Amino acid sequence: MFTAVQKYFQKDTQAAPLAVFRVLFGFMMFLSIIRFWANGWIEKLYIQPKFFFSYYGFEWVKPIGDYTYIIFIICGIAALFVAFGYKYRIAIIVFFLSFTYIELMDKTTYLNHYYFISCVAFLMIFLPANAYFSVDVYRNPAKAYQLVPKWTVDSIKLMLAIVYFYAGLAKLNSDWLFNAMPLKIWLPSKYDLPFLGDLLQQQWVHYAFSWSGALYDLAIPFLLLYRPTRWFAFFLVVIFHVMTRVLFPIGMFPYVMIVSALIFFDMGFHNKVIRFISKLLRIDYSKMVALSQTRKYHFKRNIALPILALFFMIQLLLPWRYLAYPNELFWTEEGYRFSWRVMLMEKAGYAQFKIKNTETGEQFLVDNSDFLTPFQEKQMSTQPDFILQYAHYLGKHFTSQGHKNIAVFAESYVALNGRLSQPYIDPNVDLMKQQESFPRKDWILPFNDTIKGL
Amino acid sequence: MKFLKLSLFFAILAVAITACSSDSDGPEETVDTFDRSAMLANWADNIVIPAYSSFNSKVVEMEAATMAFNETPTVENLQSLRSVWQDAYISFQNVSMFEIGKAEELRFRNRLNVYPTNAAQIEDFIATGNYDFALPSTIDKQGFPAFDYMLNGLAETDAEIVTFYTSNPNAEGYKNYLIDLSQTISSLTNEVLTSWTGGYRDTFVANSSSSASGAVDKLTNDYIFYFEKALRAGKIGIPAGVFSNGTLPQNVEAFYKKDISKELLLEAINASVDFFNGKSFNGNTTGPGFKAYLDYLNTIKNGENLSALINSQFTISKNKANELNSNFVQQIENDNSKMLATYDELQRIVILLKVDMVQALDVSIDYVDADGD
Repeated sequence: MFTAVQKYFQKDTQAAPLAVFRVLFGFMMFLSIIRFWANGWIEKLYIQPKFFFSYYGFEWVKPIGDYTYIIFIICGIAALFVAFGYKYRIAIIVFFLSFTYIELMDKTTYLNHYYFISCVAFLMIFLPANAYFSVDVYRNPAKAYQLVPKWTVDSIKLMLAIVYFYAGLAKLNSDWLFNAMPLKIWLPSKYDLPFLGDLLQQQWVHYAFSWSGALYDLAIPFLLLYRPTRWFAFFLVVIFHVMTRVLFPIGMFPYVMIVSALIFFDMGFHNKVIRFISKLLRIDYSKMVALSQTRKYHFKRNIALPILALFFMIQLLLPWRYLAYPNELFWTEEGYRFSWRVMLMEKAGYAQFKIKNTETGEQFLVDNSDFLTPFQEKQMSTQPDFILQYAHYLGKHFTSQGHKNIAVFAESYVALNGRLSQPYIDPNVDLMKQQESFPRKDWILPFNDTIKGL
Repeated sequence: MKFLKLSLFFAILAVAITACSSDSDGPEETVDTFDRSAMLANWADNIVIPAYSSFNSKVVEMEAATMAFNETPTVENLQSLRSVWQDAYISFQNVSMFEIGKAEELRFRNRLNVYPTNAAQIEDFIATGNYDFALPSTIDKQGFPAFDYMLNGLAETDAEIVTFYTSNPNAEGYKNYLIDLSQTISSLTNEVLTSWTGGYRDTFVANSSSSASGAVDKLTNDYIFYFEKALRAGKIGIPAGVFSNGTLPQNVEAFYKKDISKELLLEAINASVDFFNGKSFNGNTTGPGFKAYLDYLNTIKNGENLSALINSQFTISKNKANELNSNFVQQIENDNSKMLATYDELQRIVILLKVDMVQALDVSIDYVDADGD
């Protein structure tokens, strides 16, 4: 067993797939940044709001006013450098840091696919993705390698496999499989789609989508790994992600995933891609590859492997942390994020905050729109950690306004996956006395139903 | 070959699973797709446009009565103008929620009904004769609340009020301000109505897409926003002191007239109920609206009967509101708990609309088109 493992880590593979992945990933990220900017989202999401929701432990990460644009510029340029393979190692580190910084600025915008980008970028810091078809090689042929350790390419495959498989596991619950929720809510509202609109009103379609979605997520890593099914699997990848693109406001993610899945193909395919790109850009790619067909990349220091081993251990275990919390995961969302729980629930909420003077008993309600954008208010009203952070912000704000002995109470209601709304936060708990921490939040009221499954 | 076999295997598996899963949900009923365009047409043709037409005829009358009063400022003319103003104000409650299209562009509700009105600045404006109602800074010096001040707030008795338009050194200024108020209201209303009748109706009905900019999503948002902010908070919550330390009786609607606040509230609740049920403005027929839409979606979802829950909560709120004194200032000063009780019932509607209905309709509550995952 041990020798088999040792043998595996000595295996080599062609560097071309890694190079193509680098080019396409970098280019996609560059486009994403441009798109984000062009949509006016930097302004809307990071400059206009008065208040930002921080991740626990990352309260120091904040937008920096108009200079926030500079972070995006740095991130975009770094992405382009990654695509070109120019000063690759520095570029990917800068990309990882700037992109992750952007994501940490406000958890209102948390998306699994942003987290995915951060994970892949972190992974790529340790991979020799510039060993082939890169400006770095063009400038210094000594950096050119035809072969790279097999595990480097496989690590990206593993990352993708984890994303899909865990997303599939997360769908194995009674709401998704037996009630076709939340697709039963989402699909009928797409009534205006040509061809599909009427179909999406049919119950059997909701179940078909739910089951095939779960099956797809669970099976696709294996279908991509197994050579005979690879093309079929890729065809499914395209169909699935185009479908999600048509049905949901999902941005660049479908394209990123389609492009990422190419990593599973052999080097013959990737060389074709490289030839195609070279032709398109009229570059002579022969100057960007190793002259020797056997030149092999070696890691100088042996830190990449242990770090990535730890990284993947965390990846495999982190999604299970919800098991440490006794209540319904979808309700309390304790351990919900960073777990590839994608498009899994429809939650709507309403939270109203009461500021009370504990000595005089005087009290008044807060108009949330004075402090939050509609998007922030929407996210806040269904997630306890947001509610707590906002309550503390309100407490501090009104204290600084001269109010004394402040207690903050929340009256809130949440509806989950089409169930009738029910009270969410204990209205008698002074949230100023509660602190954000990892232990369970006992001020979340119990969920009056059970969702079975993982 | 292997590839073919495998694809066949998965295709069969997928079909088998879908077949099983739909079986498990009991007998399959074929549901007709709900026609959103028909709902939009019902809203436009049977509710919005008739409500605006009716309101428009009231404000035209109000303008005529204002001119008559300015011509001969007597106590009788004051009283008849006041009664026309009151009718128009009540009628306004039927259109206030439709802040879409031209009304949205003009910020119609803000132009017509921001209260409390700023009496001191109105006096300034009258003294200098220098004001522009198109400026956003003047919204609390115009509309029905300013009119309320001009007709009911200048003095205690009608005879004294009339003197502002007769013997006052700046009687011309008062007259000018009054007619400007009246004309602004009627020209804004006319603009909105002619926009609806002159083409916007078709744009509105045709815009049946499911996006955040679709007419269903937009008007749903407008309706809920109106109910939460203008009706629940504006008419009851703010004056009852829900959002402040202590009550704010001077913030009731029609503060100077005093005894019509309840009537305005009830009219607004009724208009909200009727719109929810798709009931036509002139008559008792109901067409497709939120109720029918929710009932249709519930045939898919088999959940709680949300439209019935909302309607019964509307009834409870109306009953609570009916217990109030017609003069909210008195109600707040004598027994504010009844105001708070009414607020609580209205609040329950807000939760049903904003959480449950919005989820059922899958309407996005904001216009931020950020990505989801």
